[in-house]
Amino acid sequence: MDQFISPTLGGALIALSAILMMGLLGRITGISGILGNLLPPAPARGGEAMWRVAFIAGLLGGPLLLQAFTGDSGIGAPVVGLPMMILGGFIVGVGTALGSGCTSGHGICGLSRLSKRSFVAVGTFMATGVATVFVVRHLL
Amino acid sequence: MARIIAALAAGLIFGLGLALAGMTDPARVIGFLDLAGAWNPALAFVMGAGVIVTFIGYRLVLARPKPALDAKFQIPTRTDIDLPLVGGAALFGIGWGLAGYCPGPALSSLIAGNGDVFALVGAMIAGMIVVRFARMRG
Repeated sequence: MDQFISPTLGGALIALSAILMMGLLGRITGISGILGNLLPPAPARGGEAMWRVAFIAGLLGGPLLLQAFTGDSGIGAPVVGLPMMILGGFIVGVGTALGSGCTSGHGICGLSRLSKRSFVAVGTFMATGVATVFVVRHLL
Repeated sequence: MARIIAALAAGLIFGLGLALAGMTDPARVIGFLDLAGAWNPALAFVMGAGVIVTFIGYRLVLARPKPALDAKFQIPTRTDIDLPLVGGAALFGIGWGLAGYCPGPALSSLIAGNGDVFALVGAMIAGMIVVRFARMRG
């Protein structure tokens, strides 16, 4: 498929998911928030925990669905070693919890709501993401 | 039960979208962030299509008095730009650029069973827990 068609369709599917979550459960589809609210010190309980776990289970099933349709799960191999995976993951966890969102909550949902906080967050994380790749790939 | 099935279905669609879009391939994510290298703009279409479709869809569903399976819409109301927002987003971008995983694709990629991805998700969860405890005390 053309290199821009898959990303566009993928983005539209992500949007469909966000619209369903708002229309059915009344929630922002922010992955860091859905996951974070399952964690201590104040984990969601009962039905609040169940829908979050169900959504995350669905997230893991998504690539299997793609594999069933196309024969390719779309999951690529890591491009950095284990220490950088751990460091990157930890910083993503701290940053998204502190900044109240990630690419989905601030990016897809927040920009769509024309949230000022989300515009600031997206501009900031895109800038530092680009700067980080520049430093790692071209300066070090 | 309906809420759980709805969330499962929405999660499946989200995960399918991430995988189809290329977000679960860290080489492509880093290629997108690498403006000074062989820049691959494809992932800009994910955000573009995602925001445009959600913008329209949100207007349709938020015109209703309440969500179909819950009592009310739960939408963030804060408008202040504070240090945790900017600093947190800045950190998130750094982590994203280092390994090429944001939270959704990291979780979806677990299904491939790669131990290094499990380590990344474990570290991400640890980072979230640290902040949640710090916030409770602060």
